[in-house]
Amino acid sequence: MSTLALEAINVSKRFGDLQALDQVSLKLRKGSIHALLGENGAGKSTLVKCIVGFYVPDDGEVLLGERQQAIANPRDAHDLGIGMVYQHFTLIPNMTVLENLVLARPHLPAVIDWRKERRAIAARMQTMPFQLPLDVSVNQLAAGEKQKLEIVKQLLLNVKVLILDEPTSVLTPNEADEVLGRIRDMTRADGLSVLIITHKFREVMTYADDVTVLRRGKHAGSARVADSNVKSLAELMIGSEFTSTALARESVAEQTLKLEIDTLKVADDSGMQAVRGLSLRVMAGEVVGIAGVSGNGQRELVEALAGQRPPSGGQIRVMGVTYTGQRAKLLRHGFHCLPEEPLRNAAVGRMSVAENLAFRRYDQQPFSFGGWLRRGAMRTAATRAIADFNVRPPLPDTPIGNLSGGNVQRAILARELSERPNVLVVANPCFGLDFGAVSEIHARIMAARNAGTAVLLVSEDLDEILELADRILVMSGGRLVYETTPGQADPIVIGRHMAGHGEETHAH
Amino acid sequence: MTFAPFLIPLTALLLSLALFGVFVSLAGADALAVYHSIYRGAFGTWFSWQNTLVSAAPLMLTALCTALPARLGLIVIGGEGAVVLGGLAAALTGLALIDTNAWLALSGMALAAMLAGGLLIGLVGWLRHSRNVNETISSLLFNYISIAILSFLVIGLLRDPETLNKPSTHHIGESHMLGALGETSIHWGFAYGVIACVILWLLYKRTTFGFAVDMIGGNLRAARLSGLPVGRNIFLVCLMGGAAAGLAGMVEVAAVHGRANTSLNAGYGYEGILIAFAARHHPLAIIPMAILFGGIRAASGLMQRDHDLPDATGLVLQGMIFILLLASEAVFARLALNKGSKA
Repeated sequence: MSTLALEAINVSKRFGDLQALDQVSLKLRKGSIHALLGENGAGKSTLVKCIVGFYVPDDGEVLLGERQQAIANPRDAHDLGIGMVYQHFTLIPNMTVLENLVLARPHLPAVIDWRKERRAIAARMQTMPFQLPLDVSVNQLAAGEKQKLEIVKQLLLNVKVLILDEPTSVLTPNEADEVLGRIRDMTRADGLSVLIITHKFREVMTYADDVTVLRRGKHAGSARVADSNVKSLAELMIGSEFTSTALARESVAEQTLKLEIDTLKVADDSGMQAVRGLSLRVMAGEVVGIAGVSGNGQRELVEALAGQRPPSGGQIRVMGVTYTGQRAKLLRHGFHCLPEEPLRNAAVGRMSVAENLAFRRYDQQPFSFGGWLRRGAMRTAATRAIADFNVRPPLPDTPIGNLSGGNVQRAILARELSERPNVLVVANPCFGLDFGAVSEIHARIMAARNAGTAVLLVSEDLDEILELADRILVMSGGRLVYETTPGQADPIVIGRHMAGHGEETHAH
Repeated sequence: MTFAPFLIPLTALLLSLALFGVFVSLAGADALAVYHSIYRGAFGTWFSWQNTLVSAAPLMLTALCTALPARLGLIVIGGEGAVVLGGLAAALTGLALIDTNAWLALSGMALAAMLAGGLLIGLVGWLRHSRNVNETISSLLFNYISIAILSFLVIGLLRDPETLNKPSTHHIGESHMLGALGETSIHWGFAYGVIACVILWLLYKRTTFGFAVDMIGGNLRAARLSGLPVGRNIFLVCLMGGAAAGLAGMVEVAAVHGRANTSLNAGYGYEGILIAFAARHHPLAIIPMAILFGGIRAASGLMQRDHDLPDATGLVLQGMIFILLLASEAVFARLALNKGSKA
């Protein structure tokens, strides 16, 4: 048995009523890549935050090199050679790569000798798995390069244990392969030990040596990757409760035009036209998918539909009536919207789950009467919705900001789908979610479609659109440039149109 | 956790008193004797209690002017301007209704004052929402403009020639003055303040309007997604805050001075900002905070007389309390962070 770089024994952590971690153990072998697999809210992030001292565990201990170590805060962890790359970038965008690398060091002198630092870092950079230009400012780097910089930053601090929290979520598959491949080389060559949080099975199977699976804060299993397969890991991760499968597409008799967008123009924050005269129609029982590379006006389009951004021209019509997003029309026409990043777009983090679930109906009976709120009724309705949509933890009074991403998404989905919507606008509903949640959300959307809802799905995930849509539109440069159906769709042709290199045939 | 919201400001309060002791010692006074004077001047006798509550009355109302918009994430510091315009409007209405009965005159004065203060701060909210003008800056500038309007009118057009030292409007008539509560010297303004705090607390806590304000203040994008009329709500909240401060101006005119003059800009509006922050913008917490600061106000005369301390000493104490309370907010936030939240 090889030596351990790090071991967590029976770590528990509770947040209020939520047992985020319950007696979880993990063994990281020296010179290996260990994958930490689990659904959203399974406790992966909590576990590593306990390891790096960001949280203090309620119970259990962390051994480093087989000695127990008190890690009270991230600085202790750093002094012990543990480095963490967080899911979100922690770089200073308007400073150069060199400045970011120097500033990452914990004990900086009062006066920095930049020339000396530059020489030292340039020399060390040669030994790094990735080479980065030192004098470029970080905001000019692509996402993949920023991720590499985050990793280099930790390696320059001579970490022995590197923890990566979903390092590939912002990378293209090619970039992900490059980054993970180089990291694997380093574990082999330099004895670096890596703990990587992910929910991508492909990465686990290709790059990891060991895997530990968490489920709802509990240790669900550990294995050598060589001895396991995707199916067994998926079962560990999802458990036996995973039953929902994508619903079949049913034909819908209703032939009503429910959502109509007519030469819509929307400006972005800088006043530039982001949506340039876009028109489309969605019928009852139809899912229209808008594919496209992000930044081609999809965000502005969804914001205009959501009432978050006034259009600069054109019209949105719901059930034949001009729609401008006021509350009365929203409710009368059954217009529902599920924007991306629900915590940012559709929820108030400091309000409770029950209150967030009541956003559509708070001013109607039974949630209020004569202007007075009835919080009891809100809680009752919320408890039911929470059970129906499997929101965890099932506590209506928790601030929704305390829930994990997937559970916020489920709660908002519960709000938007609990009444039968007439029109449903959905944007990147599964961004950052694990596949259990993804198939559940897809099934819910399909069920709404089968019940006669007109669904407009805006997504950067082409697979998602191919799975759900009845009609596919490609958006590029603020316009719809191509239309096809999933049956006839050729991903290569779609890709070419997404990149803005399609033929001059416009969908409209 | 449940005690922290009270324990931390209390600690800050005690710390600032200690610091104040150091300050008065350096100024040559006996710190313990000064503490005693503050206590005596603020809460020691029934007489000083009455003074304290009289001072607290306008402070409660002006604190609401900052606390209500704060729920929307706006920092409005225009209480002083709203007090001044409210007082001016009240005096003008009182003079116009001088031949009617007292009840009608007082109601008219209160309405006019609330309308004047409300429209001023409502304008701040409207500028913020529709023209993207920073509400803190605009409300600060409106204070200066309001004070200038008051001075211009009481020195010129509206001046009662008999007011020599302090140019003022004509008197609204002794019979139309706002009376005292029972046998005390505490005027009705104190009751207005308490009632306003309780009503607005209920409004925020229990009504759909308060729910909408929470949504807008918590996440504007989510509020828009739910189709809320954001601009209208911002305007209404600012209108209510300004109306409260305007009512403070009416109270000062109708219960204290009988006229509008530059005594209206005696800093009630600015002190209200401190109280709102100290009370964490909670309408009910404003009541004790206003009484505390009212006590300091009431006691500052005694400090001056008994210990030969300069007039501004009371302000120094206020400043210390304010800064330490704000610093304790940061400590509180850090404690809450350490508790952790995300899974």
